[in-house]
Amino acid sequence: MWRIAVLLWATSFLFGVSWGLWGDLVRPFAITIGILLALAAFFPTRAESYTLAVRIALIINPVLIFIGYLVGQLKFITARIVVIVWLVLFILTPILLRGFSTSGTLPLVETTVWGGFVVTILLAAGGIILSFPIGVALALGRRSSLPVVKIFSTAFIEIVRGVPLVTILFMFSIILALFLPPESRLDRLMRALMAMTIFSSAYMAENVRGGLQAVPSGQEEAGKAVGLSNFQIMTFIVLPQALRLVIPAIVGQFISLFKDTTLAIIVGISELLAIGRSIINSDPMFIQRQLEVFIFIAFLFWIISYVMSSSSRQLESQLGVGQR
Amino acid sequence: MSENSNQTNTGEPIIICRDVHKWFGNFHALKGIDMDVNPQEVVVIFGPSGSGKSTFIRTLNRLEEHQQGQIIVDGIELSHDVRNIEKIRMETGMVFQQFNLFPHLTVMQNITLAPIWVRKWKKQKAEEVAVQLLERVGIPEQAEKYPAQLSGGQQQRVAIARALAMQPKIMLFDEPTSALDPEMIKEVLDVMVELAQSGMTMLVVTHEMGFARGVADRMYFFDEGKIVESGTPNDIFQNPQEDRTKLFLSQILTH
Repeated sequence: MWRIAVLLWATSFLFGVSWGLWGDLVRPFAITIGILLALAAFFPTRAESYTLAVRIALIINPVLIFIGYLVGQLKFITARIVVIVWLVLFILTPILLRGFSTSGTLPLVETTVWGGFVVTILLAAGGIILSFPIGVALALGRRSSLPVVKIFSTAFIEIVRGVPLVTILFMFSIILALFLPPESRLDRLMRALMAMTIFSSAYMAENVRGGLQAVPSGQEEAGKAVGLSNFQIMTFIVLPQALRLVIPAIVGQFISLFKDTTLAIIVGISELLAIGRSIINSDPMFIQRQLEVFIFIAFLFWIISYVMSSSSRQLESQLGVGQR
Repeated sequence: MSENSNQTNTGEPIIICRDVHKWFGNFHALKGIDMDVNPQEVVVIFGPSGSGKSTFIRTLNRLEEHQQGQIIVDGIELSHDVRNIEKIRMETGMVFQQFNLFPHLTVMQNITLAPIWVRKWKKQKAEEVAVQLLERVGIPEQAEKYPAQLSGGQQQRVAIARALAMQPKIMLFDEPTSALDPEMIKEVLDVMVELAQSGMTMLVVTHEMGFARGVADRMYFFDEGKIVESGTPNDIFQNPQEDRTKLFLSQILTH
């Protein structure tokens, strides 16, 4: 239990720092999370697991966000540091949650018994962070002049886009397990994450390709004329312009990936929706309250999706400065 | 101009073109262009649209590939060898009709991008050079703006500064004033005249005959992918030999 609290604190603090650093862009995230966690701290329930310690642990989060906000405004906090710390936290999260079989303080908790909102967030965040670079690489690959790269990228994109997500999830959780030797079998959550990443990156690639095509050819010519290499032209000139053209489409893809995490239920992963259903089935307190449970879950999904799309609008208007 | 041409006639040509051909599919865009340009010479190329003048100037830094013939720029022959292409692009600056500034970068970043990444200059040095160049083109106060916040004439002057930042030996201008409002043409031409007088080797595709008369050492009249006529501005304006040249000049000089 304390692991989740620590991770939550770290996340809250980082959101605060990012808010202080990037301002409007992160503000909706930071404030929403702060409010949600504060509300959760005062959640009117008599459930036994909901001790005073849990409530205190929750109420610390908004405070940490605010402290982080102040820290983020300090001069020596640069974007580079914050991004690195975010990545470290992201890698650390599953390790810390899983623990180690040998350690006394961090006993092993198999991913099979993980559940709920943490799983949803891990799947969504992991899928987003991994599918974005893969999608960009595929989009570039599809435009490549090297036939092998081009054919591979095109085939990958078209095959994945032609298959429903549910199928890919099944393939990864069942077929992959059949082909690989038992000792190298990947963790179930990891397989679901891979499936979601692959599915999402194919769509991401097509979004990015649309952006690449919208950048006028004169930009590339100007880059060539001043002597930049093809790689430099792509990195400094074409991709930055292409990506900001397709921010709405990319964020739309992120949001649908976030909501698609509920499909992981079919390969036996207890994400948020699955937990909601199991509560209804197991806890007599909820017998007449099915609707409330689903409304609550829907509300959680909606609020996060809404925050994502409003951040996307902020991002657009910030990057829109000086655009033609 | 006369002092420039006196100096140049002594050295080796900096650009040598021999029988350059170019096809776009079945369309024969360049039909055997021969041209020598000496260092510090200012060459004006003019002709009707579709005559291949832009295509020709773009073959010189390999924005277009020529399929036959020979192009030697600053002693380096243009071939499929990428290193040769990169070397030539480092020695040639280009200014485009549509400016082609990078809209997501500030004026300063537009100018310093290539010196920092291609010439491997320190950022500070690149910015010092950029400030000098912006002063030279007359807009030092615009360094932190984005291209879209500038007028067309200012954008084209930034584009000239961006090309000059790589300290090229040759400047290629592809109709630099054709996309500008009339009152902005002069501010760009003034910069180009100053550049010509400073001894820069320049190839200019333009219909600005006043500019040609003022600073060009030689003029080439292109039509249907061939050089119809060439000579000093005096020869071309006072005594054109070919009927096609006379007709074209009468059309663009009468209005």
